[in-house]
Amino acid sequence: MSTGGSAGVPAYAPGQGLRIGVLALQGDVREHERMLTSLGAQVTTVRREHELEGLDGLVLPGGESSVIDKLLRGTGMYEPLVAALRAGLSVLGTCAGLILLADRLADGITGQQTLGGIDATVRRNAFGTQRESFETDLEVPALEGPPVRAAFIRAPVIEALGPAATPLATLPDGRLVAAEQGALMGLSFHPESTGESRFHRRFLSTARARRAPVCSGGAEMGAD
Amino acid sequence: MSDTTTGTVQVKRGLAEMLKGGVIMDVVDAEQARIAEDAGAVAVMALERVPADIRAEGGVARMSDPQLIEEIQAAVSIPVMAKSRIGHFVEAQVLQDLGVDYVDESEVLSPADHAHHIDKWDFTVPFVCGATNLGEALRRIAEGAAMIRSKGEAGTGDVSEATRHIRTIRAEIRRLSALSKDELYVAAKELQAPYPLVAEVAATGMLPVVLFTAGGIATPADAAMMMQLGADGVFVGSGIFTSGDPAKRAAAIVRATTFHDDPSVITEVSRGLGKAMVGINVADLPAPHRLAERGW
Repeated sequence: MSTGGSAGVPAYAPGQGLRIGVLALQGDVREHERMLTSLGAQVTTVRREHELEGLDGLVLPGGESSVIDKLLRGTGMYEPLVAALRAGLSVLGTCAGLILLADRLADGITGQQTLGGIDATVRRNAFGTQRESFETDLEVPALEGPPVRAAFIRAPVIEALGPAATPLATLPDGRLVAAEQGALMGLSFHPESTGESRFHRRFLSTARARRAPVCSGGAEMGAD
Repeated sequence: MSDTTTGTVQVKRGLAEMLKGGVIMDVVDAEQARIAEDAGAVAVMALERVPADIRAEGGVARMSDPQLIEEIQAAVSIPVMAKSRIGHFVEAQVLQDLGVDYVDESEVLSPADHAHHIDKWDFTVPFVCGATNLGEALRRIAEGAAMIRSKGEAGTGDVSEATRHIRTIRAEIRRLSALSKDELYVAAKELQAPYPLVAEVAATGMLPVVLFTAGGIATPADAAMMMQLGADGVFVGSGIFTSGDPAKRAAAIVRATTFHDDPSVITEVSRGLGKAMVGINVADLPAPHRLAERGW
């Protein structure tokens, strides 16, 4: 855990040999790309259906969830992405990404949908306007080391979590802000913006563990 | 345990990071705000008159009526921005009190101070400011701006100034990256910007905050060009609601911004959009009516 390796890739990189997509319709794509690259992953942006092929994992970035939803459905990406999630693709969603991963949305704009996958009800802008956006220290029992410095930016919260999902972090007032279910992890906050790499490491290790042992024809160049 | 803080640099710049790849649209009432949200705007800018009308009507342009801003806030759930005059820190205080998500200290309104911009570090609400070149951008960042938009020439529908400003800023950044460490001191002097910010830009090859483009963007192709020139996103002011079919044009500009490098998408969304804003050629504008020259 001590190979911080901010510049350059550490000798053992958690992302080595993994091909990770970042959904790049709108939002903080660059910050996720930078984090994943620093962890040794091969990163590609995803805006079209064919770009989902051959991925070991996908990041749904922060952004405006209603816009990302609209672009997903307007570009024919919605169904293929739902299919990929149901087929077991490892996904990390932050902020808008958490909203997309939730089975239920408390206050979307008219017609807004989610991809689903985490048995959760999520509320958008749960803290209010930007004036109420904040940073805080967050205890995350599943991660080793010190508390997480987390930035909540017009952030959502998880209002209800079903039995199939596992809570990962709560605020001191008890509100749930991170959860996972199977290969899906959703966070209200932005580790990609604060240089906090532990969630991305956890995501990459899930992606590695779930990596399909049978490849449908795709020769994995240099995977070893 | 919790060391909980609002209004940090991270939180202020962070919201702009989340807007990247998106389109921010000028709206003058709740109905327009809903159309913008439905079309996929990533945020709206609430104002009483779009720049084209400010230009046509003349007179002093000021912060919008708080009631109008509140109606727009009530109508949408995406971020709402609003403009204060340059240097008018009390208008900014009012906007912060209203809970707007971003304050645009804007040259589109009549300046309230011809020497000083607002000290933006004093505020919890983040600020976006206009810039025509790198030095101006860095001075605004030094004053606390958490997002920069190149100015262009608002209310014209003529994209040429927006092009010039985004090209200038990007070129000046590239030039800094090529300088040796000892040359950066003179570069800071020439840019009239603080040395630490100049050194940071030279090292990273980018501004420390998100860079959008504004001023004269009226078509999907305009928006896509700004993105290809290196903008992180676009503001569209008069171009949408002075056009023939605002909802369709707004949605088309959103698509074109996301797929800015794909001509087939730009072609598809540009088809049958109806009448674009008529506009004014910037070259025909007498110097006193050039808004981009406001700000120092």
